[in-house]
Amino acid sequence: MMRTARGRPPSFYVLATLMIALLIFLYAPMLCVYILSFQGPDGGMSFPMTGWSTHWFEVLFAGTGGQGIGDVPNSFKRSIRLAACVSVLSTIIAVSAGMAYRRKFPGSNFVFYSAIASMVLPSIFIGFGIALTFNLLGWQVNWFTSGIGAQLTWSLPFGLLIMFIVLGRFNPAYEEAATDLGANSGQRFRMIILPIILPGVIGIFVSSITSSYEENARTQLNVGLGNTMPMEITGILTGASTPVLFAIGTLTSLAMFAIILGAVALMTVMARRRANRPDA
Amino acid sequence: MRVPPRVASWLQVAPMALVFTTMVLIPLGIITVVSFLDYDFARVFPEIYLGSWTDALTSPLTLSLYLTVFKFLLITLAITFVVGFWLAYFLVFHVESTGWRMGLLAAAAIPFWTPGPIRMVSWVPLLGKEGLVNKALMNAGITEAPLDWLLYSEFSVILAYCNLLTLAMLGPITHSMAKIPRSLIQAAQDAGAREWQIVRDVVLPLCKPGIAIGAIFIITAVLGDFFMIKIMSGGQINTPANAIATELAAFQYPPAAAKSVMLLVIVVVLITGLLRVVDIRKELQR
Repeated sequence: MMRTARGRPPSFYVLATLMIALLIFLYAPMLCVYILSFQGPDGGMSFPMTGWSTHWFEVLFAGTGGQGIGDVPNSFKRSIRLAACVSVLSTIIAVSAGMAYRRKFPGSNFVFYSAIASMVLPSIFIGFGIALTFNLLGWQVNWFTSGIGAQLTWSLPFGLLIMFIVLGRFNPAYEEAATDLGANSGQRFRMIILPIILPGVIGIFVSSITSSYEENARTQLNVGLGNTMPMEITGILTGASTPVLFAIGTLTSLAMFAIILGAVALMTVMARRRANRPDA
Repeated sequence: MRVPPRVASWLQVAPMALVFTTMVLIPLGIITVVSFLDYDFARVFPEIYLGSWTDALTSPLTLSLYLTVFKFLLITLAITFVVGFWLAYFLVFHVESTGWRMGLLAAAAIPFWTPGPIRMVSWVPLLGKEGLVNKALMNAGITEAPLDWLLYSEFSVILAYCNLLTLAMLGPITHSMAKIPRSLIQAAQDAGAREWQIVRDVVLPLCKPGIAIGAIFIITAVLGDFFMIKIMSGGQINTPANAIATELAAFQYPPAAAKSVMLLVIVVVLITGLLRVVDIRKELQR
């Protein structure tokens, strides 16, 4: 329990060991991927390393080697295009809906429980349902309609939950002060509410990018022609068994890290600017 | 022009309501309808046919699929709960600095920035026949030949689920636990309670909402998963979600629909039960 004059209790050390074990359990597989992606040209999917090289990255970019690594660049483009649309839409729709929940309104439970349903229903069910609906209506599935729609069913519930967290801690006094000073609703949102909830808004944006980029079960039946990254990687997984897989892993992880660290840096800068403002 | 507050809320929530209605609720209705329709190898006919349902409900295969998935679910829930609860307890009551607490939580979250399929591949160099674990065991003289149950087995499926989902339990429990007032713990200590008594009688009951939210995530993830189990079991273990995926790949829509609705009912019953324990909206807004 809490530290006493006699120092830390034994339970601290037991639990600290468990914490370290969990971190090893989480990191060890990833580290293997990053290290093995620099495997020598004759090396395989396991240790030992037969020397260090960037051979497998070259194979990946050249698209040669005939290991079913056909279309990674195009799949990546498709995934990024989808993620860009989904993250912008999710952010706007979730922030707007979050604002609605600051008042009581009839039907609020309906939308809330739809969001929960959308989050907890088996993904394969949602993906199948959308594809079937389009099929019966005679519409072609297409990344721009059913693809984005299917991904929104996954990113929006989390967006709404983040808005609940952010607005739950929102102090209405600032807004009342602005109203007293004669601000209209547009000014209140732009100048008071948005700056305060901005870290949460960026959180929604980033979580939508990652969930869109990773989502497969809902997306795969609904994107229409061409693979997205998860589909492409799954295909390669079942086809090839060379360190090219690890090269893809290292690169996609790097892309994710860049996106997330960029967003966190942005949030930190904005939080600092707000803290430094003398009138805040 | 002023709009009444109620109308303003409706307008603000409309896009979200539209997405959920067209992409979740209408498909849900259509799947249910299609599950009662007749079909051949390529088409669905608008005629009532109950065969999909009688098959799904009476086939002994269905029962064995659900027994399999519930076995995985219970084991995963048990492990992630025990680990998640004790680590949350460690982070909230043993780690005194907020910086360390947030740092450790962030450290546990960072591996999840690597996309899912890659995380699956990452087990090969560790658990494969020539993997690090087998080599270490053989070098230490514990085993003579490589263990083949480390990968593509029930063991590796459970390992992957725990790897993926421990954080889903740890996060919400930490959130709930951090809200327990320190004065309560102090009072229990002053009254002479031992650490394990405080955990059992004070901490555990007050973390129920967090545990329920974690369980919701895990039930959803395990019951809905068809991808991870296929990769991690090497295609040897089947679950209800797998069976649906297989029928979808063969364009057998009505039987896939019947099985989907069945899975849906089971998930909804479990989750509704848990939602009685926790009011998600209140929990988040505090």
